[in-house]
Amino acid sequence: MAKINESLFSAEGLDKRLNLTQFNKVMMTEYWIPKDINFLWAMGVVLASTFMILIVSGIFLMMYYKPDTALAFDSVNYTIMQEVGFGWLFRHMHGVAASVVFLIIYIHMFTGLYYGSYKKGREMIWISGMLLFVTFSAAGFSGYMLPWGQMSYWAAAVITNLFSGGSLHADFLVEWIRGGYSVGDATLTRFFMLHVFLMPIIILGIIVLHFYTLRIPHVNNQESDDIDFDAEAEKYLAGNKKESKVIPFWPVFLSKDFAILGAFLIFYFYLVFFNYEFAMDPVNFDPADPMVTPAHIYPEWYFLWSYEVLRGFFFDIAGMSAMDIGLIAFAFAQVIFMIVPFIDRDPDILPAFKRPRFNIWFWVLMFDLVVLSVYGKLPPTGMNAWIGFFATLTFLGLFAIFPFITKADAKARGAL
Amino acid sequence: MSNDTNRRDFLGMSFAAVAAVGGAASLIGMKQAWDPLPSVLAAGSTVVDLKNAEPGKPSMATWRGKPIFILKKTADMPKDGRDLVIGSDHFTLVIGLCTHLGCIPAWKKTKWKCACHGGEFDSSGRNIFGPPPRPFDIPPFKVDGTVVTLGAETGPEYAKMMKA
Repeated sequence: MAKINESLFSAEGLDKRLNLTQFNKVMMTEYWIPKDINFLWAMGVVLASTFMILIVSGIFLMMYYKPDTALAFDSVNYTIMQEVGFGWLFRHMHGVAASVVFLIIYIHMFTGLYYGSYKKGREMIWISGMLLFVTFSAAGFSGYMLPWGQMSYWAAAVITNLFSGGSLHADFLVEWIRGGYSVGDATLTRFFMLHVFLMPIIILGIIVLHFYTLRIPHVNNQESDDIDFDAEAEKYLAGNKKESKVIPFWPVFLSKDFAILGAFLIFYFYLVFFNYEFAMDPVNFDPADPMVTPAHIYPEWYFLWSYEVLRGFFFDIAGMSAMDIGLIAFAFAQVIFMIVPFIDRDPDILPAFKRPRFNIWFWVLMFDLVVLSVYGKLPPTGMNAWIGFFATLTFLGLFAIFPFITKADAKARGAL
Repeated sequence: MSNDTNRRDFLGMSFAAVAAVGGAASLIGMKQAWDPLPSVLAAGSTVVDLKNAEPGKPSMATWRGKPIFILKKTADMPKDGRDLVIGSDHFTLVIGLCTHLGCIPAWKKTKWKCACHGGEFDSSGRNIFGPPPRPFDIPPFKVDGTVVTLGAETGPEYAKMMKA
């Protein structure tokens, strides 16, 4: 180690010890972002900020919340809502942010899908992002249990029951996860631990990984133009800012991100103050009762599409029980997005508007996800059940034809 | 061991062995920490007297935090091998959780209907419509006169019903 004479309490001294100048260049001022992007590229920063809101509001809720079946409901609905100063605000911020974060995750994810930002060098970004989707889902589910209302209880009962594996009848696994014969005190306390400690720590770790996987391949752009970042950076640093195709992450890119973040926060706080009901299901204001199932139970909106895939098959086919087919389809839906980079057989990185068949495929998928989400909330009777069935078939079929569609696009372009 | 194996490799492999043993042992500990507690397991029995059951009107008991359906069958309800027979009376005695995903179905005149995903069960607890993969589960029990004890111990009636 070189001998350092400068005081620790001086700019050069600190820099000599930590090399902040270099770190700042790599992570901020010489981290190059293409100019040819739009507001959809700001969703990463919006998500990071929403996650911070969840952490801060969660810390304030945790100081009064009691993870005990006898106390949980009142600690939320009486202590936090009525007694704690601004407790209602922290609860509504937490609930609304938990819902909105999924809206932004979906926008972020389908932006990546639309612009082909998941393939050929960017697979790790996509995979770490999908891991974040899975861990956010786990955090959302475990948090939903905590107010210990009727929806909390029955969501916990139904979701833990999925682990019995249908005809496998693996009750021992369900009882192990619950820590009892039914969802009870042990279940609540362990899901509290998962929600306030293990899941946030894992999510933070994967967020760091997600940022890191992006640093080397760089962000994609609207035309999927293959940019020589070194050459463009040289132009920028030489003062040729207009000609260069890139801008530095800080301060240029982030300043625009923050403008969009500002707009998002106004929308978010509008929801928090004036339209929070969508994140506060009225059924969950009845205390948990293991002896009464609510007349109609459904998950939060962001799980509706996969819930509908789970129950889309409502009749037995060729000796297989409806429940087993549903579970297999559900498992398929959970992992299929993860492997999209590997079943895309088009060798080029291109946005959907330059891949005609993929473009149609993409918008049919969006439409199908909306249909699944709408019918996931409706009671599964009569016509609804059939629409759910065909929407589920469409979802599975879309991924079955995906390799062929992407290959056909490449052939038509002459790339294969 | 090959000639290329040196002392550093030996140290590495020794550590891997220690870590594997410790890792496996800690997994067992962590698995058991999540097992249901003895107090939860001990609170696992419930006593129900069927003497005053009304025919055609199911009643509910709680066993291990789960609802138990008890239905004394009327004369025109079909008999079933899964019935609990006490004297000349036939009873349906089942865990009242839909075998699909565990919601509690509601009694509608002649059958149980589940609001969650539309599953239906007849008066004997057999699945007759929708996604449930099997009839209602039967809790382990033993009978003494008209008194049924739900829990770990089982009597001959339970063995007979499980066969059907």
